[in-house]
Amino acid sequence: MLLPVVGRVMGALGAQAAEQAAQGADQLAGQVADTVGGAHAVQPLDFVSMLFAFMLATFIGIGVIRRVSRLLHTPLMSLTNAISAIAVVGSIMIAGGEHYPTWVRVMGACALFASMTNIISGFMITDRMLKMFHAAPEGQAK
Amino acid sequence: MTTLTSISDTISATLAAGWSLPNMKDVIELAYMISAGLFIFSLHWMSDPKTARRGVFAGVAAMAMAVLFTWAKPDVTRHLWIIIPLALSVWPGIWLANVPLTAVPQRTALSHAFGGLAAGLVGTAKFLYWFNNEPEMLTSFRVAAIVLEVLLGYLTLTGSVIAAAKLQEVKWIPQRPWVYPGQNIVNLIAFGVAVVGGAVLIVQPTAAYAPYIFFGIVFLALNFGWMLVMPIGGADMPTVIAILNAYAGLAAVAMGFVLDNKLLIVAGALDGSSGLILSIIMCKAMNRSFSNVLFGAFGQVQAKAAGGEQKSYKPETPEDAAAMMGQAGLVVVVPGYGMAVAQAQHKVRELYDQLKKKGVDVKFAIHPVAGRMPGHMNVLLAEAEIPYTDLLEMDDINQDMPVCDVCLVLGANDVVNPAARYDKNSPIYGMPIIDADKARMVYAVKRSKNPGFAGIDNELYFLDKTRMLFGDAKAVVGELVKNLAPSASMH
Repeated sequence: MLLPVVGRVMGALGAQAAEQAAQGADQLAGQVADTVGGAHAVQPLDFVSMLFAFMLATFIGIGVIRRVSRLLHTPLMSLTNAISAIAVVGSIMIAGGEHYPTWVRVMGACALFASMTNIISGFMITDRMLKMFHAAPEGQAK
Repeated sequence: MTTLTSISDTISATLAAGWSLPNMKDVIELAYMISAGLFIFSLHWMSDPKTARRGVFAGVAAMAMAVLFTWAKPDVTRHLWIIIPLALSVWPGIWLANVPLTAVPQRTALSHAFGGLAAGLVGTAKFLYWFNNEPEMLTSFRVAAIVLEVLLGYLTLTGSVIAAAKLQEVKWIPQRPWVYPGQNIVNLIAFGVAVVGGAVLIVQPTAAYAPYIFFGIVFLALNFGWMLVMPIGGADMPTVIAILNAYAGLAAVAMGFVLDNKLLIVAGALDGSSGLILSIIMCKAMNRSFSNVLFGAFGQVQAKAAGGEQKSYKPETPEDAAAMMGQAGLVVVVPGYGMAVAQAQHKVRELYDQLKKKGVDVKFAIHPVAGRMPGHMNVLLAEAEIPYTDLLEMDDINQDMPVCDVCLVLGANDVVNPAARYDKNSPIYGMPIIDADKARMVYAVKRSKNPGFAGIDNELYFLDKTRMLFGDAKAVVGELVKNLAPSASMH
């Protein structure tokens, strides 16, 4: 925030130089934010936005799940099994990450195996069960 | 002027090298966002059996995006470490997807265990790696998230393994609730110790003793799992599975907090809310409070001493029962776990066909907690190709019960026990039930003359209008079918 302002103050010194400086400062600020947020120090605001996402997703989840047909609660459960295997994302980052020692990698690989098994079996069995649900043919009902 | 230009030159030079990096990061974040949206659609389409399969495709697409874009991250470079576990998971995945549908509850429990294991492992690996290499990463928020992640992850792991073992009815796990005096106090103390340990870790994450505390918490979490599930009997399994589902989802959420990843948070929250809603539905269907369930103090149904008076059953032959059903206008079948155990669903379908042929209307009354997991009966009956339009929820069918001519109770027990309405001493008092006793005639199929799982006598069986059909559900329904078939009416 501060650096572009400094850049603009410098505008008095000459339009072209100021523009360059502001650009550079903007990029620099972006770069700094990237390193700070992405890899090393921690921005408290990030956690707030994560909690925010959690809260909203929970409400969306409750809203959507409440409307799920009771007929389909078993497939729903196997589908959410597969969805919660999103832990695969963390497992991949740890198993395949550039700079991790082998013992971390092994744990990641085990986690990857576990979540991938859940993904495959979860989606497949959900589809297998859903294929079985048929409405009564027209005319035959009643 | 020249100094400014040279500064900006240096800056652009340094940025040029890493310029593609933030771009890639944005692309990945965008892909995660689309993936999260697809997950929401996936669940949205589950609202109707007609669109439900579309939901699976959306889910697969979302998951494929998540996996591929994570894999494409610049710092994910050890591809063999990904390919090998991925390849190894294909066979067990396919095998677990093709278990018989009666085994779906234990499959589900097992996959909760896998989910818990994955979360626990990632949390453990991250904590120890950061502790050894980048201790400045261990901020209090992160450590709190890690503690939550491993607690929920490992608790879900052992709890689900025990649940799966109980559902599979393996010999080394007792089916009946396993209780001892002071159980709740022991659990509470252990929980208190874990909370204190977690608090110490949050305050002093980089202390030399931190790993010991961390492993202490892991140890406690592993023990919580089985301690919470051992006291729970088979009839309460639907609730337990739903709660473990929520825990597995919340573990993924905690992992999202640890890894600073919103896709994990959203997908985990969807799973968590699904588990939450299902457990609330199960709780309501069993008239238990949610807090009662959360603290695991449930399922301890005390077997009552048998009442003084000896009541007697009125047995009936399948021939007469079949004749009665053949003349009925509306037959309502109330399936329960007994039907699943006996694998009777295909015979039930034959019964359904025979009765329909005779112009009898057949409906199925599905209690929310019938079977061993939410929706268990629906899936079994759908497998037998009974149209889902004839599977009715408790509230809908109860309106029709007074005009029902024959109610066939098939391996269900507590969900049709009228004592739930008025007997304050009954463990199931207040539980909403299917009004089987309001039908004109009741046939109950029962394996033996012993009381049901909860050890409670079912008054329905002693009503004047009730007749008992003793035997294995599959055999009895087979007899009914035989007697209803056209050839039987010849002689």
